[in-house]
Amino acid sequence: MLGELEGTVVFRELLALFPTSWLERISSHPSSEAAEKTVTMSGFKLTSGSGRFERDANVQSSASGEPIRHTQRPMVTGSSVIAMRCVDGVVIGADTLASYGSMARFRKISRLHKATDMCVVGAGGDLSDFQQLTTMVDKETNRDYCFNDGHGLSPKAIHQYVARVMYNRRNKMDPLWNYVVIAGMQNGDDGEEAKPVLGLVDLVGTHFESEVIATGFGEYLGLPLLRKAYREDITVAEGKKVVEQIMKVLFYRDARTIDRVQIATVTKDGVDMGEPFKLETEWSYKAFVDGARAGDMSTW
Amino acid sequence: MSVLRPNASVMGLPYTAPGNAPRGFTLGEHVDPEDPLEVGNSSNPHGKPRAIGPMGRRFQPYKNNGGTVVAVSGKDYSVIASDTRLGSGYSVPSRNVSRIIKLTDKCVLASSGMQSDIAVLHKVLRIRLTQYQYAHHQEMSLTAISQMLSTMLYYRRFQPYYTFNVLGGIDAEGHGWSYSYDAIGSHEKVRAVCSGTGQNLLQPILDNQVEFRQTAPEKKPEELSLEPCVELVKDAFTSAGERDIYTGDIVELAKVTAKGVEIEKFELRSD
Repeated sequence: MLGELEGTVVFRELLALFPTSWLERISSHPSSEAAEKTVTMSGFKLTSGSGRFERDANVQSSASGEPIRHTQRPMVTGSSVIAMRCVDGVVIGADTLASYGSMARFRKISRLHKATDMCVVGAGGDLSDFQQLTTMVDKETNRDYCFNDGHGLSPKAIHQYVARVMYNRRNKMDPLWNYVVIAGMQNGDDGEEAKPVLGLVDLVGTHFESEVIATGFGEYLGLPLLRKAYREDITVAEGKKVVEQIMKVLFYRDARTIDRVQIATVTKDGVDMGEPFKLETEWSYKAFVDGARAGDMSTW
Repeated sequence: MSVLRPNASVMGLPYTAPGNAPRGFTLGEHVDPEDPLEVGNSSNPHGKPRAIGPMGRRFQPYKNNGGTVVAVSGKDYSVIASDTRLGSGYSVPSRNVSRIIKLTDKCVLASSGMQSDIAVLHKVLRIRLTQYQYAHHQEMSLTAISQMLSTMLYYRRFQPYYTFNVLGGIDAEGHGWSYSYDAIGSHEKVRAVCSGTGQNLLQPILDNQVEFRQTAPEKKPEELSLEPCVELVKDAFTSAGERDIYTGDIVELAKVTAKGVEIEKFELRSD
């Protein structure tokens, strides 16, 4: 805004409106006597007396002179992540598509990341932001590994770390546009059995742990199915089938999904990232073929 | 979900002035900020809509995760309660996210509003209380906590914590009190108060049943004891759960007495 006015008559007139007493008060302060008599605000440096103004070099600005406008929108995006905490581990699944708006731009990318031997991080939302986030998580896990003290970063620690990063970025109005799912096995305190952990963090820092998590379009279509399928004693093998089936439902109805999915599991034996595979779909159902013309229903 | 907004399919394309733009069908003015497919130019009613990229959303730093919090205090007790539903738009991402925190043996805080702000507020409060304990070798009093909370909220006056707090506990004399706050620290010391999405439903009930406001003239006010008070709060939550979509699933209810804090849970409807 100010950048557009820079150097114009209007701007100089505006400048004259700044309270000179304020400038003088600062310049008359004994400790600032020797320093240059300037006040900085909103990325501009005002020098008392002269009516001169410069850009404050300490504040970043874009080439056009405007203050930096952070990425406030997702560009290349992933859709749903579906995850379930089971009795013996965690299952987390996502399709392999990265869309550019309605365009299926990258068809074979992975939206799941192996953070540690006991933790997988998956995400929907902006893909470049996710890659930035995985870099940050890797930096932390690597730093912790270098202590060589026999302890790794636990899934709960990673969950909390991601939550703090996301909350901090939203406070700066420069969010990482992601819905991040953290799945892992948490070691007990004193030789206790490792427990499965599943958590979510979103772009404003909302974070919680839950037995079932679905993001993106999956929040609408997948979450009710996950809740219906969930049992206290459901196993990873069963959970994998549930997640696969939900990915199929999403492929039928979410236009930003592809029929290639990756399903990772974390159990006491560690992380299995799972190979991406093609969903088997069935399009010959009568209602699919006939649609509204089937006569007994208005639409399928 | 939005009512049909076909222009969402061409959001990646350059902006066309409204006059020249192909007139699509706009069946409703309804805008759902949670909808991933929503066209995001509603935030800029004046001037031209911004080109907002293929996903077409502008960043909104605040959101309301709903929930209702209640504090009712009597002569020597305080009851503080909150439900655990985490709402977002028309969805319920989680049914069991606690919004209640035991600050000391004589003081409990419940907060509704935005979950991430609540989490941070509770974290910072916990730190401040621990520091106080190390410095003074005693727990912070209810009155001191009530003032500190206000100060902490006002410290973020220009980027507020989106939280609506009720604080309950017993003071140095052993009397129960409730405090209610707005997002920027204005507060009031009262007998019974509630905040959050069920506030409009519950506050008149509390006014009537606890403070005997708007009662028939022949009805005599009498002091509410702990057990009837707990029943009142439970009934109030059950009612709110029937009518407020952001309140439900589970209620966590803390009873603060001279003996300490006791937390119980009970279920609300989950639909």
